[in-house]
Amino acid sequence: MINETLIPKVGVITDIRKDTPDVKTFRVVGTDGKKLFQHMPGQCAMVSIPGVGECMFSITSSPTNEEFMEFSIKKCGCVTEVLHALEVGAQVTVRGPYGKNFPVEEDFKGKDLLFIAGGIGLAPLRSVINYVRHYRANYGKVVIVYGARSKDDLVDIDEIQNEWVNEPNTEVYLTIDRPQDGWDGHVGFVPAYVKELGLDPNMTAVLCGPPIMIKFTLQGLLELGFDKSRVYTTLELRMKCGVGKCGRCNVGDKFVCKDGPVFRMTELDELPDEY
Amino acid sequence: MLKIAKERLNELYAKINESMGLFIPVKKAGEVNYAVWSEGKEVSLETLKTVKSPKNMFFPQTENMMKFKQEGKNIEVVDVRRDYVEEGKLFVLFGVKACDYKAIEVLDKVFLAEPIDTYYQNRRNATTIVTLACSRPEESCFCRVFDIDATAPQGDVTTWLDNEYLYWQANTEKGEALTALVKDLLEEGGEKEVEAQKEATKVIIDKLPFSNLDLSKFQPENLNELFEAKEWEEMSEACLGCGTCTFVCPTCQCFDIRDFKTHEGVIRYRCWDSCMYSDFTLMAHGNSRTTQMQRFRQRFMHKLVYYPSQNDGLYSCVGCGRCVNKCPQNLNIVKVIKTLGGKDND
Repeated sequence: MINETLIPKVGVITDIRKDTPDVKTFRVVGTDGKKLFQHMPGQCAMVSIPGVGECMFSITSSPTNEEFMEFSIKKCGCVTEVLHALEVGAQVTVRGPYGKNFPVEEDFKGKDLLFIAGGIGLAPLRSVINYVRHYRANYGKVVIVYGARSKDDLVDIDEIQNEWVNEPNTEVYLTIDRPQDGWDGHVGFVPAYVKELGLDPNMTAVLCGPPIMIKFTLQGLLELGFDKSRVYTTLELRMKCGVGKCGRCNVGDKFVCKDGPVFRMTELDELPDEY
Repeated sequence: MLKIAKERLNELYAKINESMGLFIPVKKAGEVNYAVWSEGKEVSLETLKTVKSPKNMFFPQTENMMKFKQEGKNIEVVDVRRDYVEEGKLFVLFGVKACDYKAIEVLDKVFLAEPIDTYYQNRRNATTIVTLACSRPEESCFCRVFDIDATAPQGDVTTWLDNEYLYWQANTEKGEALTALVKDLLEEGGEKEVEAQKEATKVIIDKLPFSNLDLSKFQPENLNELFEAKEWEEMSEACLGCGTCTFVCPTCQCFDIRDFKTHEGVIRYRCWDSCMYSDFTLMAHGNSRTTQMQRFRQRFMHKLVYYPSQNDGLYSCVGCGRCVNKCPQNLNIVKVIKTLGGKDND
């Protein structure tokens, strides 16, 4: 019988990193110790704990990582509560990859890239940022603006501070919402910071974060002269199947699971406002 | 054209049943629905509309998808799918009306699109569909609006029923195979009677109140205008969100996937779900459709605009009229079409 995408593979958690008070990053491989499947930056996978439930998460690690996959997961519901209680060695099930990836090989190549993330919104961007770092010569200047509620809520701060900032032709700007002891960086919301930075509107921009951040940041980018056709974001809706059949993530004539989660802002403009 | 006398139909069912599972409209507790045939069951081919459509033949209301056996930390995934064709277990779905047959085409475009849903495909491949032309369509029928000919449905075999005979015409290889199986029971003849019935039924269809609904406004380019229409508020005001329309609908295919803990491990199953329910789109951090108006709008926009936009203009409504009969609040797609469909509805 041919393969059924709804039947998952078994994955083993080989490492758990506590990134913030409510975000953990899980490293997963197959039972044979190898990577479960290949993916492209921005694609997602269904992770499940049998008996608890199955949820869609973006794959945080870059496809260029040949050894394992990582998922940065915020504790905010039934499945994620149980995931956060798991220990190294625990097994989960994984199926995928699902969805359309960032156009890293098409539209992004040769361009200056601007990545803007808020909070857990870094998860899908980390995959594409590390992909771009791996093939650094294929891309122009890289600017990363990342904000969170506090310094403790910045996901994967070690990689950012130890690796990203040292990349050639790369600028990293971090910000937190309110002043905090031990933080001498920028304080303020992402949308305002983006405007302050006076970014070059010819860059191709990728936004990911809470809907309210995306809304105001997009506004800011448009004021700076960015073109909507070169601004990308990702959507998130309830999903069950991941392949455009169960009907849940339907918005207009698109299914977020298969036609997204990556959308160009001009594509979103054509969709009814229900996401 | 072949035919069999009505009083010999039981012999036909029995012959099919010798080697294949037969699903046919059966009367039980005052309702007619598709059920497994066996000697003594009250078959009702005359019933125009089964309460539920035959969609659960291929897309059951609930079905087990896989099992998980857990021992310590280890998880084992057990594939419980069945390839009926390989097992040599074949089925006949008998008496499908033109609207319900068209609905299977609508479902095929969802479940058989890549990646193929093998649960659906396994049942679909193992089944020969015998359709039955309508001779007495009712007031709630409006299949003609969707260019469906109730007098000559497609299918592996098409049949027509009058007071004396069931007329039989094979259309496909599967249909020829079924015909060969029952050929001793069939005799030649019936072209004239079938033609006469078709003409007579067309006269009835012409006079049905909903036969001339105007769908012209439901085009992909009007998607946002229709979505924003102020009429949704009033149209949906009485909706209880009971989901009856989605359950009786032959094309509604939204489903849920859930886990069920048993003594022998976890069973993951899927079951019909409804976009009319408030938790359909509920996520840990919010809900994209918080009002019944939004959910009501989603159902009809999907059938009349979103689905056609993804499927070369094919509507995801076949005019069977079950929702017209079953909505406890007397809301239905006909009212939506009349309100937003186009100027010829006035």
